[in-house]
Amino acid sequence: MNVNIIVCVKTNPDLQMIRIKNREPILEAIPYKVGDLEKNALEAAIRLREAAGGGKITALTVAEGDRKARETIKEALAMGADDAAIVDATGLSDAGQGVVAQALASAIRKIGAYDLLLFGEGSTDNYSGQVGPRVAEILGLPQIGYARKITLTDGGVECERSMDDMLETLAAPMPVAITVVSEINEPRIPSLMNIMKAKNKPVQEWTLPDLDLDQTRLAAQREIVSNLAEEQDRKRLILEGSPAEQADSLINAFTKEGVLGR
Amino acid sequence: MGDLLVYCEKVETARELLTKGRELATALDLGVSAAALGPQASATASQLGAAGADRVFVSGSPVFEGLPVDALAEGLGQIASIADARLVLIGSTRRGKELAPRLAQRLNAGCVTDVISMALEDGTLVAGRYALGGATVCRERLTTDVKVFAVMPRTLTAEGAVAGAGTIVMVDTGASSAVRVVGRRPKEGDIVNLDAAPRIVGAGRGFSKREDLVLANQLAEALGAVVGCSKSLVDFEWLGEDRVIGLSGAKTAPDLYIALGVSGQIQHTVGINGARLIAAINKDKEAPIFQLADYGIVGDLYEVVPALLERLSKR
Repeated sequence: MNVNIIVCVKTNPDLQMIRIKNREPILEAIPYKVGDLEKNALEAAIRLREAAGGGKITALTVAEGDRKARETIKEALAMGADDAAIVDATGLSDAGQGVVAQALASAIRKIGAYDLLLFGEGSTDNYSGQVGPRVAEILGLPQIGYARKITLTDGGVECERSMDDMLETLAAPMPVAITVVSEINEPRIPSLMNIMKAKNKPVQEWTLPDLDLDQTRLAAQREIVSNLAEEQDRKRLILEGSPAEQADSLINAFTKEGVLGR
Repeated sequence: MGDLLVYCEKVETARELLTKGRELATALDLGVSAAALGPQASATASQLGAAGADRVFVSGSPVFEGLPVDALAEGLGQIASIADARLVLIGSTRRGKELAPRLAQRLNAGCVTDVISMALEDGTLVAGRYALGGATVCRERLTTDVKVFAVMPRTLTAEGAVAGAGTIVMVDTGASSAVRVVGRRPKEGDIVNLDAAPRIVGAGRGFSKREDLVLANQLAEALGAVVGCSKSLVDFEWLGEDRVIGLSGAKTAPDLYIALGVSGQIQHTVGINGARLIAAINKDKEAPIFQLADYGIVGDLYEVVPALLERLSKR
């Protein structure tokens, strides 16, 4: 049995490199990379293709402005995707996740037949978790969120998923949309040879007019009012003295503040 | 006109949403509706009325028993159109967070998930949520006709609820699901719940070896606290993933957080901003953690922690 999988990949800023200045995030010169959970989704796809004994994995992404999607999608190809498709459209994220989902759904229809649609449970940067469920709704697919294990069955999948207080096993027929959590696997690090090979894998590029998409569906759904680090109002008192004196002052402060609970 | 519609599979969260929802609906001249779905729906309905709903849409259909997200979105989509919902509030539990966007898509609505703050500004709702991995709070306003907000549980309070009329409206949504529940089991193992811990001792790279974490454990025991850590200690495999606080771990809100040898990189501190009181012990007086702390001790944790244990033993 062959399994055809489309993995939706978001290009994220490397959050370990973000600094805050006057409450503003400094995003200039931040490197971009494939999102952490999308790497889990790609790894899951590769293992499912192996388990099925064949098939094809397509990595799909939306390229926005300086997000360097063309370079990061090579990371997905180096991991093991067979080909990739890029929708070149700037400003979609700002317009809202519903708009991104419309563009992805149209691109998925254009790619053609598939059995599984994989997403990260949320993007590394904003973690809204909206795009997977929205694409599933647009395409009329069953949806399984938070998968930590995916098994192919006859014409369908069985997934164990991690909920707030329980593990739940769900079964659904294919095609199905699945979002994954980080526990599902340890994503591989591509070998140098696979990085070289990735350069020759086919990459389709589309712009929005190439997609069969009603322009009214691209209208912005939101306005960002502000995006700032939280203000911290702390006492910033430094306790002086010997360790014993410092310990005494600190425990007295805890008692006075009523944080010791007994 | 139109309604504000509330749904959450957890009744306590639905009550929180209704209490705040009623206040917002009054300001926005909307009615207040709630939905109760599944076998327990009728039993839940009266609680939703008491928490503020004027109309409670009830379906006891077995299709909702396993809470399948496709059927819930279909059923709530129908209820939203019967109620003429302009604003929909969902609980941002894991179930709610996958439901809200699917429902929003059905309703051609914008959606904000994981909402941590809601306020009316110039007559429209502005919702806050963490962005950039928690480094910032993004405040956004939806511009669609129908708006869906998934609000984090316990962000709001059900105290001071004003009861609504609580009129029951039975609905037959005809919703169906392609997904089947095969089984369920509780999560196993020693689950460390940092989210709910009242006191947390946070360990950082100031510990020079794994065995020394016994100091953090002893202090935690003396304080009735739980031990958490920065990501680096998990990378060293000194502690498990479930102990991580910050960007790649828990966002905590304890009464007390004590940072031991934690430098205070933003990747960690986004997880402690919610603490009521922060104390920090660090050798480096320039460590950024002191900017975030209420009480700071510039000193060696290997000397200060034993002094704290000694002092605590005399309480």
